[in-house]
Amino acid sequence: MATTIHEPLQIDPHRLPDQGHSGNGGWRNLVPADGDLRVALDYSPPPSSTGIWVVLFAITMMFAAFTSALIVRKGSSLDWQTFKLPSILYFNTLLLLASSVALEVSRRRVATFMGGLKSQVENPARWLHITLFLGLLFVVGQYAAWAQLRAEGLYLATNPSSSFFYVLTVTHALHVLGGLVGLIYVIRKLSKSALRRSTLVATARYWHFMGILWLYLLLLLWMKL
Amino acid sequence: MHDVAAHAAHHVPPTSFIRKHVFSLDHKVIGKQYYALALVAALAGMVLSWFMRIHLGWTNAAIPGLQLLSKNGAPGGLITPEYYLQLMTMHGTIMVFFVLTTAPFAAFGNFFLPIQVGAEDMPFPHFNMMSFWVTFVAFLVLMSSFVLGDGPTLGGWTQYAPLNAVGSVAGPGQGLGVVLWAASIALFCVGQLLGSLNFITTTLDLRVKGMSLLRLPLTAWAWFITSCMGLTAFAVLMPACILVILDHVAGTSFFVASNLVINDQVQPHSGGSTLLWQHLFWFFGHPEVYIAIVPGIGIVSHILITNMRKPMLSHRTLIYSMGALAVLSYMVYGHHMFVSGMNPYSSLAFSFPTLVITIPSTVIVLIQVFSLYGSRLRINSASLFSLGFISMFVAGGVSGFFLAQPSIDIMLHATYFVVGHFHMVMGVAAMFGIFAATYFWFPKMTGRMMNETLGKIHFWLSFVGAYCIFMPFHYLGMAGNVRRYSTFVDDFLQPLIPVHRFITVAALITGAAQLIFLYNLIHSRFWGAPAPDNPWQATSLEWSTPTPPPFDNFAGKLPVVYHDPYQYGVQSSVGDYVMQASPEQVKTENDEK
Repeated sequence: MATTIHEPLQIDPHRLPDQGHSGNGGWRNLVPADGDLRVALDYSPPPSSTGIWVVLFAITMMFAAFTSALIVRKGSSLDWQTFKLPSILYFNTLLLLASSVALEVSRRRVATFMGGLKSQVENPARWLHITLFLGLLFVVGQYAAWAQLRAEGLYLATNPSSSFFYVLTVTHALHVLGGLVGLIYVIRKLSKSALRRSTLVATARYWHFMGILWLYLLLLLWMKL
Repeated sequence: MHDVAAHAAHHVPPTSFIRKHVFSLDHKVIGKQYYALALVAALAGMVLSWFMRIHLGWTNAAIPGLQLLSKNGAPGGLITPEYYLQLMTMHGTIMVFFVLTTAPFAAFGNFFLPIQVGAEDMPFPHFNMMSFWVTFVAFLVLMSSFVLGDGPTLGGWTQYAPLNAVGSVAGPGQGLGVVLWAASIALFCVGQLLGSLNFITTTLDLRVKGMSLLRLPLTAWAWFITSCMGLTAFAVLMPACILVILDHVAGTSFFVASNLVINDQVQPHSGGSTLLWQHLFWFFGHPEVYIAIVPGIGIVSHILITNMRKPMLSHRTLIYSMGALAVLSYMVYGHHMFVSGMNPYSSLAFSFPTLVITIPSTVIVLIQVFSLYGSRLRINSASLFSLGFISMFVAGGVSGFFLAQPSIDIMLHATYFVVGHFHMVMGVAAMFGIFAATYFWFPKMTGRMMNETLGKIHFWLSFVGAYCIFMPFHYLGMAGNVRRYSTFVDDFLQPLIPVHRFITVAALITGAAQLIFLYNLIHSRFWGAPAPDNPWQATSLEWSTPTPPPFDNFAGKLPVVYHDPYQYGVQSSVGDYVMQASPEQVKTENDEK
């Protein structure tokens, strides 16, 4: 059995004792191999800003799989029946886009609010509430679209076109609900003055992505159904 | 606005038993939980293979007690053809998903990736905990199909359409069994996506000061590349599983064609595409092969370097080759579909990258083998299993050259040749990687050493046994032995039954040899010799921490990295190596410029 050789651990001189976190060698912070640490930056992006791109990539892959399934399924048989998209979907689109605008407004207000100019700015949570409300309204609007299709006799199993319509819109709506949970988390953190900018940025990226994804889905459904 | 970025999670050490050992946020505990899950799954999968092997060798032999598992599937202990397929399906599903994915990637990656990059934990520990528990529930859902309904699905681990989507008319287990299978795999995908999220962000954002990308050990690179593959592959398999469940329970027609007649019944579906399932499945399925094997490549390289006392010939080329495997794995998946009836030009298009992917695989093996040349390799259980990995990877990989060509594959596709090929190249090779990792890291994980003598006995029995089992499969395949048959009654198959009996005996002995490993594992866990902090004189960060590592990995003092990961063959104050976290300057030719 080999002998024990335990190297003493080196204390990072740049690390403040109360910071208590690792990871100051983030991925944009490649230290030269000669070990000269003076050129190392202290800042690296927080994991949530990398993590959100990872999440968005996974969601993109999921919808790419659904899209390819739709294209293959449509081409594989002659049973595809087209139908007119419920017009409320276009109104819902406006709601979702408006919610993104509201979120951007709130991000600016939060920045000013956190910057210390509290007396000059109204509570930024208001615009977050508006975003939340518009997002909820979008989901309700989607539900109305499903109800309208059901009234027309178009159910999940009626035709492959309606199957894909429901699968794509319901999966998207579930992801929007996930975004709403994220917004509620942000509002709660803000009310406790414990909101991190990275959390807000990640939530905003997710939320805007939901809008872009919806525009893509609408275009796909409009072209293919 | 001041941005206080809390990079790693800072949870205080838990005190309650539940938070400490059950719903733990600690990546090390989660890694051990994954390992335990993989161990249970591997035992289950192995026992299922024993049942199949006994039946293949001695068709009329009753297996005592098996009727308790399934009254209809094994009346009086005799396996029916349907039950044989059900056992086969569960063996494949359990092994591919819950052993070969969870052990080398999720188990060891969880435990060692954060330590190797110098982090105190993964960045999203709650997601990490969810990742394990969702996977655990997925396992329970899959295993529940043994007792619910008319047993597990019989459609094979690939669950081909349309028989996966038409319900119980397609046979026992094709109703509820398929739904449970698809639900289990969809859950598994969620678990692995959450894991990939943590692995990628840990590698990119939580590296400690001085840990540049090229200073990451090969294991960290392997886990990072694997998590990128997992992120892409599992995100595609999950929607496929959702569509299958909808075909089952909601009456949609994604995968079932029109006018399909099964058991004299026209199926109430129309126009679905059976090939669609194969495309979606294999877009996941082929990268999955590399998800199973790439961590093993990283692990055995890491272990061999430590035991050779010198770095690999080219650190960078190994990393680039693993990356090339990952990228190419998405372009070759159609080679699983040469006999599916897809356009022959597609076969050609998939055949070419399949031949190309042998290049990075060969480069990896050549680097490993030529690095071994001239080294004085320390022979221990970990290095033996690493050599075994290379041997199996090569022996199984060589048959891939033949299968990559559509004209040959058409003849061999449905035979035991393919079974021999993938069992060696991804099954046994990956298992050897898991064993090597266990013998190597067990001291760090538990604070105790494993018994080396038992480890070596375990290796030789497994190594010889695996060749005895899987080499004859190639011979059987070339003799035209069709796979998935439960009995061999055709004239041309009956002379092959003695070969099957030989394989069965070898499988039983090799399986029994794994009990030595199990004994060693459990005995050493409680009564093994206490492990020093760095028993192998290794250089990477996991050996800079106390054994076993404290809750925050580095006892509140983060290391700074000064060296490349594999500084062996140098003169330093501690011996022929210098640790990554040691500020000692040594002259070496291996410093990456």
